[in-house]
Amino acid sequence: MPSRIFVTGLGFISGIGNNVQENLDSLLNLRSAVGPVRHIETSLSEELCVSEVPLSKKELLAFAGISGTEACSRNSLLGMIAAREAFIHAHLAENMGLRTGLISGTTVGGMDECEKYYQDFLGNDSRNEFIDIYDCADSTEKIADYLGLKGFMTTISTACSSAANSILFAARMMKAGKLDCAIAGGTESLTKFHLNGFNALKILDKKPCRPFDATRNGINLGEGAAYLVLETEEANRKTGNRIICELTGYGNACEAFHQTASSPDGTGAYLAMKKALDMSGEHPYNIGYINAHGTGTDNNDLSEGRAIETLFPEKVPYISSTKPFTGHMTSAAGSAEAIIAILALQNGIIWPNMNFSTPMPELNFRPASELIRGIDLNVVMTNSFGFGGNDTSLIFKKYGIY
Amino acid sequence: MAYINGIGIISPQNTLPGQEFLEPVVEHTGDFLKAVEPVFKTYIDPIAARRMSRLIKMGISSAKICLQDAGIGMPDAIITGTGLGSVEDTEKILAELTLEGKFLNPTPFIQSTYNTISSQIAIALKCHEYNSTYVHRCFSLESCLIDALLQLGEGSAVNVLAGGIDEMTMNHLTIIRRLGIWKREAIRNLDLWSCGTPGAVAGEGSAYFIISGEKNDHTYARLVAAGTLYKPGSASETATLVTSFLNENGLSHDEIDLVMMGNNGYAENDRICEEIVSLALPHTARVMYKHLCGEYHTVSGFALFVAAGILKKQFIPSSLVVQSAAPKKIENILIHNHYRNTDHALILVRK
Repeated sequence: MPSRIFVTGLGFISGIGNNVQENLDSLLNLRSAVGPVRHIETSLSEELCVSEVPLSKKELLAFAGISGTEACSRNSLLGMIAAREAFIHAHLAENMGLRTGLISGTTVGGMDECEKYYQDFLGNDSRNEFIDIYDCADSTEKIADYLGLKGFMTTISTACSSAANSILFAARMMKAGKLDCAIAGGTESLTKFHLNGFNALKILDKKPCRPFDATRNGINLGEGAAYLVLETEEANRKTGNRIICELTGYGNACEAFHQTASSPDGTGAYLAMKKALDMSGEHPYNIGYINAHGTGTDNNDLSEGRAIETLFPEKVPYISSTKPFTGHMTSAAGSAEAIIAILALQNGIIWPNMNFSTPMPELNFRPASELIRGIDLNVVMTNSFGFGGNDTSLIFKKYGIY
Repeated sequence: MAYINGIGIISPQNTLPGQEFLEPVVEHTGDFLKAVEPVFKTYIDPIAARRMSRLIKMGISSAKICLQDAGIGMPDAIITGTGLGSVEDTEKILAELTLEGKFLNPTPFIQSTYNTISSQIAIALKCHEYNSTYVHRCFSLESCLIDALLQLGEGSAVNVLAGGIDEMTMNHLTIIRRLGIWKREAIRNLDLWSCGTPGAVAGEGSAYFIISGEKNDHTYARLVAAGTLYKPGSASETATLVTSFLNENGLSHDEIDLVMMGNNGYAENDRICEEIVSLALPHTARVMYKHLCGEYHTVSGFALFVAAGILKKQFIPSSLVVQSAAPKKIENILIHNHYRNTDHALILVRK
């Protein structure tokens, strides 16, 4: 029988906090990081609303404790900081004998230096040290070297579900007996590349985003990184780590509908959630909270909302999108929101879907619009849906509940 | 047990359907080895194809060729490995960022995301099953194969479509040349092993495979395992890990009949590849193939196509360069690949 998969470490940096505790404090105090662009030099800075990690490149280098002599992207630094927190949390330095994997999701974050120097790359030799750091694997290898990891590693890019698929793949490797534990998640720094790309798609809201609201008008991009440490039962007996919760279900499905749009009925979203639910063996009504993908676009929220109504026909669980706090962390959203859902589970709290006021006429449910405490949560779900219809859902359960 | 039941490959050689196994050899004399493209409209609706960049068209076409080769309509999972995704689209955006704010065409941005290939294949097939994309240098295709083997083991799939794809552009070549990775001069690919100049020769290609839990008339070979070695260190440390990989798969070095070499014409790198193989596989016949396809992140897809063909046909095409005596039997082939001799990757295939 395949091993159970336990979560034993968390690491998280976002616009609302440099570590898990700071993120929790901001969530509890309803502090959003969404605002004008500060760190990226862009002509769009006054037009767009984003959630940036409020540290400059120099401050991030200092925070990570590295000299900065080697070329390193903001993307890698965010990843190193969050992965280090998870690594320390799960005492992995004392457990180097385990077969520890590193599975990281990212897409364009590593472009931050490359986009500045691209014309130099083409025309002269002045910026050659930055040539090698823009591909996706670079941030993963930087994290590995920073933490001294030598085992299996790979990088996944399924756009906005990259980090969720990293968690899913890590769990599958562990269940197949290929790894004892893994650091899995994703990192994504903001770049001019994405700001302009998403802007060209006309899906960025110039005001704070309003997921599941009838007046919603698009995304606020965000940045950051988040990693979970996963352990098999056997590895957990060796580490003796406290079990935060259990990953009991995951599902990956593809919309196969359109490269950037979701189908109106949310086929891919439904299939991903259904697969995760079936694997967990839970009755749908045991799911106490869904941290929705809820980007705030017309298309996503309608399609995800309908898929949720199909899966939970009688009564939907508490639902919220926490993107009004952190912005849409794209490739890192899957693991960031997994941690936010786990914090809900640990604390018996439903996070509010901020900025919600007007229900969508097409849906019969409303997201939780206020922070609710004292809820007896046992099982939570988190959704991550990417361009290209790469949809993934994860389910976490309190440990010791049967 | 996993079987390779279908192959679709677009490469710098004559590898399209109906062609002989690596015959006749295609000679290249440019800066890099460019893939020989099929007539894309045979595989892609021309209206949809109009907006697609070249890499996406290569990906969908090779995936469809692969499914036809395997006699399968719908796979149970689609997994792609790509080191760089659509370089052409990424470059368009980087060039246009100087005109920030006026950048209005969203198509290159959409196509620059690495998962576009897997998802466009899914859209073309209307396949709602598992779909993923690995983007880790020379681990990209190997990660796909590891995932495919997991899928079969989990019982969640019978036929997995898994492949590796990368493209080269002149701008990208120019940039990477600054690092001394590629040869500074254009060369004739068939002279790769004798030219002696520093740097490798770049290439490109797309190779998809049906990895199946069931053997049938389409079966080429068995896929035993894929492995990744992250910065293993010296040649002897790497060789030790290669030996462990073989042992984990129940084999000793003398059971490997052929090794597909990671040599790419960059003498400094090639020396290390040879040292690793001399230590780990002292008696195994060696085959060099990168003069046919060039070097790229997912080049092991070309090697896997070659290895599967050799196992099925039980002969080594004359276009490959065989070092040492030809083996008496060909049962097990090991593919060794590397990324600038820092990361190493392995694929084990069996008759």
